[in-house]
Amino acid sequence: MRSFLRHVLLPAVMLLVVLTLITGAAYPALVTAVAQIAFNRQANGSMVIVNGQAVGSSLIGQAFSDPKYFWGRPSAAGRDGYDAGDSGGTNLGPTSAQLIANVTAAVEAAQKANGGGPVPVDLVTSSASGLDPDISPAAAEYQVARVAAARGITRDAVRAAVARHTEQPLLGFLGEPRVNVLELNLDLDGLLSPGAGTPGASG
Amino acid sequence: MPLGDLLTLTTLFLAVVLVTPVLGHYIWLAMEGEPTPLRPALRPVERLVYRVSGVDETSEMSWKGYTVAVLVMAGVAILAGYAMLRLQDVLPLNQGGIPAMSPDLAFNTSVSFETNTNWQNYSGEAGATYLIQTGMLAVRNFTSAATGLAVAIALFRGLTRRSAKTIGNYWVDLTRGVLYVLLPISVVGAVVLVWQGVPQTWDPTRAVTTLQGAVQNIAIGPVASQEWIKELGNNGGGFFNANSSHPFENPTPLTNWLEMLALLAVPFALTFTFGRYAGSQRQGWTIFAAMMLVLGVGAVFAMHLEAAGNPLFPAGVDQTVLGNMEGKEARFGAGVGGLFMAVTTGTSTGAVNSWHDSAQPLSGLVPLFNMELGEVTPGGIGAGMYGMLIIGAILAVFIAGLMVGRTPEYLGKKVEAYEIKMAMLTTLVLGASILGFTALATATDPGLAGPLNRGPHGFSEILYAYSSQTGNNGSAFAGLSGDTPFYNITGALAMLIGRYGMIVPILALAGSMAAKRRVAPSLGTFPTTGALWVVLLIGVIVIVGALTFFPALALGPISEQLLQNAGKTF
Amino acid sequence: MGIARSLMALDLGRGTRRFQRFVTLGGAKPGGEAPRPRGVLDPELLRAALPHAFRKLDPRLLVRNPVMFVVELTAALVTITWAAHTTGLEPLPGSSGTGFELQIAAWLWFTVLFATYAEAVAEARGRAQAATLRRTRSETTARRRRADGLLETVGSSELRRGDIIVVEEGQTIAGDGDVIEGVGFVNEAAITGESAPVLKEPGTDIRSSVTGGTTLVSDRLVIRITSNPGETFLDRMIALVEGAKRQRTPNEIALAILLAGLSIVFLMATVTLRPFGAYAGITVDTVALVALLVCLIPTTIGGLLSAIGIAGMDRVARFNVLAMSGRAVEASGDVDVILLDKTGTITYGNRLAASISPAPGIPEAEAVRAALLTSIRDETPEGRSVVELARKRLVELDWPAKAGDDAGLAALAATIAEEIPFRAETRTSGVRTVTSGLVLKGAVDAIAGGLDGPLPPDIAAQADRIADAGATPLAIRDDGRVLGLIELKDTVKEGLVERFAEFRRMGIRTVMITGDNPRTAATIAREAGVDDFIAQATPEDKIAFIRKAQADGHLVAMTGDGTNDAPALAQSDVGLAMNSGTSAAKEAANMVDLDSDPTKLLEVIAIGKQLLITRGSITTFSIANDVAKYFAIVPAMFVSVYPQLGALNIMGLATPQSAILSAVIFNALIIIALIPLAIRGVAFRAAPASELLRRNLLVYGLGGIIAPFLGIKAIDLLVAALHLA
Repeated sequence: MRSFLRHVLLPAVMLLVVLTLITGAAYPALVTAVAQIAFNRQANGSMVIVNGQAVGSSLIGQAFSDPKYFWGRPSAAGRDGYDAGDSGGTNLGPTSAQLIANVTAAVEAAQKANGGGPVPVDLVTSSASGLDPDISPAAAEYQVARVAAARGITRDAVRAAVARHTEQPLLGFLGEPRVNVLELNLDLDGLLSPGAGTPGASG
Repeated sequence: MPLGDLLTLTTLFLAVVLVTPVLGHYIWLAMEGEPTPLRPALRPVERLVYRVSGVDETSEMSWKGYTVAVLVMAGVAILAGYAMLRLQDVLPLNQGGIPAMSPDLAFNTSVSFETNTNWQNYSGEAGATYLIQTGMLAVRNFTSAATGLAVAIALFRGLTRRSAKTIGNYWVDLTRGVLYVLLPISVVGAVVLVWQGVPQTWDPTRAVTTLQGAVQNIAIGPVASQEWIKELGNNGGGFFNANSSHPFENPTPLTNWLEMLALLAVPFALTFTFGRYAGSQRQGWTIFAAMMLVLGVGAVFAMHLEAAGNPLFPAGVDQTVLGNMEGKEARFGAGVGGLFMAVTTGTSTGAVNSWHDSAQPLSGLVPLFNMELGEVTPGGIGAGMYGMLIIGAILAVFIAGLMVGRTPEYLGKKVEAYEIKMAMLTTLVLGASILGFTALATATDPGLAGPLNRGPHGFSEILYAYSSQTGNNGSAFAGLSGDTPFYNITGALAMLIGRYGMIVPILALAGSMAAKRRVAPSLGTFPTTGALWVVLLIGVIVIVGALTFFPALALGPISEQLLQNAGKTF
Repeated sequence: MGIARSLMALDLGRGTRRFQRFVTLGGAKPGGEAPRPRGVLDPELLRAALPHAFRKLDPRLLVRNPVMFVVELTAALVTITWAAHTTGLEPLPGSSGTGFELQIAAWLWFTVLFATYAEAVAEARGRAQAATLRRTRSETTARRRRADGLLETVGSSELRRGDIIVVEEGQTIAGDGDVIEGVGFVNEAAITGESAPVLKEPGTDIRSSVTGGTTLVSDRLVIRITSNPGETFLDRMIALVEGAKRQRTPNEIALAILLAGLSIVFLMATVTLRPFGAYAGITVDTVALVALLVCLIPTTIGGLLSAIGIAGMDRVARFNVLAMSGRAVEASGDVDVILLDKTGTITYGNRLAASISPAPGIPEAEAVRAALLTSIRDETPEGRSVVELARKRLVELDWPAKAGDDAGLAALAATIAEEIPFRAETRTSGVRTVTSGLVLKGAVDAIAGGLDGPLPPDIAAQADRIADAGATPLAIRDDGRVLGLIELKDTVKEGLVERFAEFRRMGIRTVMITGDNPRTAATIAREAGVDDFIAQATPEDKIAFIRKAQADGHLVAMTGDGTNDAPALAQSDVGLAMNSGTSAAKEAANMVDLDSDPTKLLEVIAIGKQLLITRGSITTFSIANDVAKYFAIVPAMFVSVYPQLGALNIMGLATPQSAILSAVIFNALIIIALIPLAIRGVAFRAAPASELLRRNLLVYGLGGIIAPFLGIKAIDLLVAALHLA
């Protein structure tokens, strides 16, 4: 019994304590120190600052419903969507009647708002995180006419803005072409300060 | 399949092939205390750990001693974790009034992280304090991964030592696994993640006013340090509820690729480490090939189906380019969602970058089947290797050995009744836990209250839950409402059974194999390398898995696919 | 006993001798050799096994075989369900029609019966053989020498180890023992099937041991008894062939665990289908569940496993080799080093004349004639071989005196005036003839001593060459001249070179042990094609070699007969003792060859491998079968709730009930279909392991997946046509 305490229980307890200190305190502290010094903006959430105020994170999508803004993807995060404190998806299965109803409703709404035509699938399906900051270029193109009309500017001007915020796959194959909705809308509002590009580029 | 998806898959697998020998060799050096570039810096820390813990690093353990040490460590860690979760509301670093976990949820969570499962019946950002995330959950990410690694190394020693009584020292293996293998890679990986946009701060949730004037509370925290080890250690427990689909956990396609590489790196590298112990790298590469083939076929299958979209969607949806985007992120795309799904379940990780629940029926079959194979392609860190060796190699060698007219042997060690007993025990334990708990849940009201979806998919959610927890995976068909006493407790039991029902027979096998003399190979010995052996290894694990779970899978994903083909919804 | 006796008459009337001719390695196939008689698949034997099959249905016996026990339980369950159903009681939930239940019940009973029948058939021959042996053992009397030297008559069962008995001509030897006095011929037919009597004499190590139950056919022997009643060789033999004490071998136990484990897995997979089905909204039919369970659990191998083991032992017995345990037979499959004595095993053990060469200046015919003369009265094998060779050569040379033919030989013999026998001092032998004086043959140096001059250098060089090649040179001289050299050579047995080559392909290394000098040994080794040899070996060298090989991880087999072989036989993993050998050797070995033919070891190894291959192949086949059975039964079970699952009915089986019934029928019939394979064994050919595996995987793995698809479909067509379901 003494031997058990000394050779089994004691090492177990003490190892847990020591390893907790190393991996649970020293390790995150070290990473935090490096992160805060080397990559301060990213380490603190890639916040987008407008006039000294954070208006969001370039990585986190926001709910848009105003016709003058590009709309992001349907979100199941939180009660009303885009709750960045309660991420998540619908978890509806592929044969869920509810899912099909949701998509059908979203298609009707999108067609009504944007003037018909097949809707790019990302505009009518909920993202995984509920905070997806991006839409596909097709989904942006689908909304160009509406945004241009609401803002009273030419479609080409809107398209130019979309192009500015379209990121192509890394090395041509890694990831999908995508448009950051928040940055695009900020740009359209004329609020985008230089330098607040996509996070990957700022490192 | 789009070319981009194919290239993502190809580059990822190529990178794994390149990493395997380097990391595999390094792990061997590190675990056996051989000189490495990092040793001068870390050796003093290692010594200090032993001195403080009262560990004699020179004394080795019998398999029984090793098993007791693993189990006692697990018991201590589960109790300590449980206490911390129950008290997290009053402990420091509570970033936003997060309440204590209920007893059953705390039990489930503590067991979950200690067993390398990281099944989460709580929501990361809303249910766990920074203290818990870094000081308990991330610590378990390290120790549970290192324990899997340690047990695998102990098994390697058992298989390759001759007439030996001991299989190593658990305390030393655990410490070395953490200090030399996991920690250095994690420091580098975490910093890379921060560069790509993963937060690493102790600040509480930020409230911002959005463009449309609403208030958005943005949860942040020490995410990067946890994110990397969660992938590298095949743990998978997200800092956020949305796990690796959350832009703060996985902000770019590059991080997505790196995280997949992190998932695959150590499990595949261990095949090389195994070859090093066996004195024949061909032994290791053969297992590598078997694992890679099963993983690759599943991945391609799932990627293809996800990229194809959902046939039930109304005609007004254009999914020809993007595929099934329900529960997927725009930056990764549907196909890569399928790839991640295969990779996270092929390894026993359980991190997700899309919701498996919303995947197509047969692509949802891929993660289910990966888990039901026993998490061996390549499986969790260490766990995949020992699972492959006991379910695949021992059983395959037994059948193959008979068919060439010799009493079977593996690496020159005779496979006899005791080894078969242990191998069958693990197979039985897996099957009994998955099928037994699923049956219990489908036969009782609290169990039936769980599924979100109806029809065969609801059944799949339950089956997935116990497959995942028994396999120590942690991913979910997350529509299931798991935070109930029924699911918390049965889930915790499934995780304990899946973990220790595997580890104990493995170590017993290691002990019995270590004690055997080694038989010299001859032409009459069936070579456990080469293409034929790859086929046999795959055949055995797939057939054992398929025969055990075919009826259940027929009632879940297979029925659902056939019903979907017929246009049925539920 | 009645059955056994009649079997004996049919099958064993001529003893076991007829089985002893080798079946070639590849030919464990039945009837591979012409003289092979009615085997275990003899219709008479098949009929006789039937009552035993029914007796084995007793659950108390069947419980030793968990897989078949489960089937028996399910058969009982379905029978009760059917009975309850027909008598109007409440059927089990989800019950189907009674006709269907009755058919399923019947086929489940058949499944068990087929398995017990397989075992009974396998046992049939051994049972008959045991009966014959038992008659041999029947109580005899013995004359025991008392301490005072007088003889007393006692029953054979009263003999104890150390007793001295005296046996007269015509008497049965009452117990195992060693001859200590007298010389006599013993008929050992009761044990070996060989009717030619064997010479027994004391002190020869090999020829001094006698076995109880054999008969002295000449003279008188004094024998020291070496075993107590019940422990005699005959007793052990009876127990072994009868299988009464048949213990499951380690490998069989391991396989049984695997099968039991799989059965439990399938039990879980089927039992949980009830709640799973309930979730989907269907009450799964109990009979269908039972049918699925029985189809999935490995009944094919479970039913044939013990038959395979018994038949394997029986195959060894057919070679007149008595394996002391199944473990020994299995171990022989693993052997990768074989230690073989040169003399008697690899070579005939006699130095025989291979050539006669004349000395310079001597006509060959004269040298040959001289050689013939020296040996004409020499009755040793060497001498006779010289005569034979010389006569042949003389005919070829067309020597005028025609000594090659019988008349010539007689004429030559008539010239002999005096025979000069071999003496240790002179080391020469020969004759003095009336015509040409002295003619002698002998060791070269001994002959050289009697010459007028020195040995011609050509002859000396030739003699050295012969010695270098591992043969023995004998010189021939007349009164003063050397006439020529006779080369005596040990010859390698026929067919061994090919045999060793086969073993090399199987990865088995052959090592020759000999007392010869290294040069001689090397030559023989090369001729025989063995991989290695140990020259000038002592018994200690044998043990040392075995220990070393074992330490290097090899499994070693050897043959032996002498008392000094006993330690090495005990040390080796497989030791085959000659029945002619000493009791010490027989005790130490784990197999005894009743024909005392050391090359039998090679057959035993092949049988050991074949035994394991048969087990592995049928296991693979059994498990592979499950794929098709799933595709038959699972859609049948759930098609009512999810009609789309009918897509899995890829065989297009007529109805759900016919699908289930067909699967169960196939599952039962496949046992019967494979009984011949289980008993004869899977064909084995010498090939590297990977080649064997590839072939067997293809045949039994892939074949095991495909066969039931075809079989079940065919049965289903029949079932549908007959309106059975």
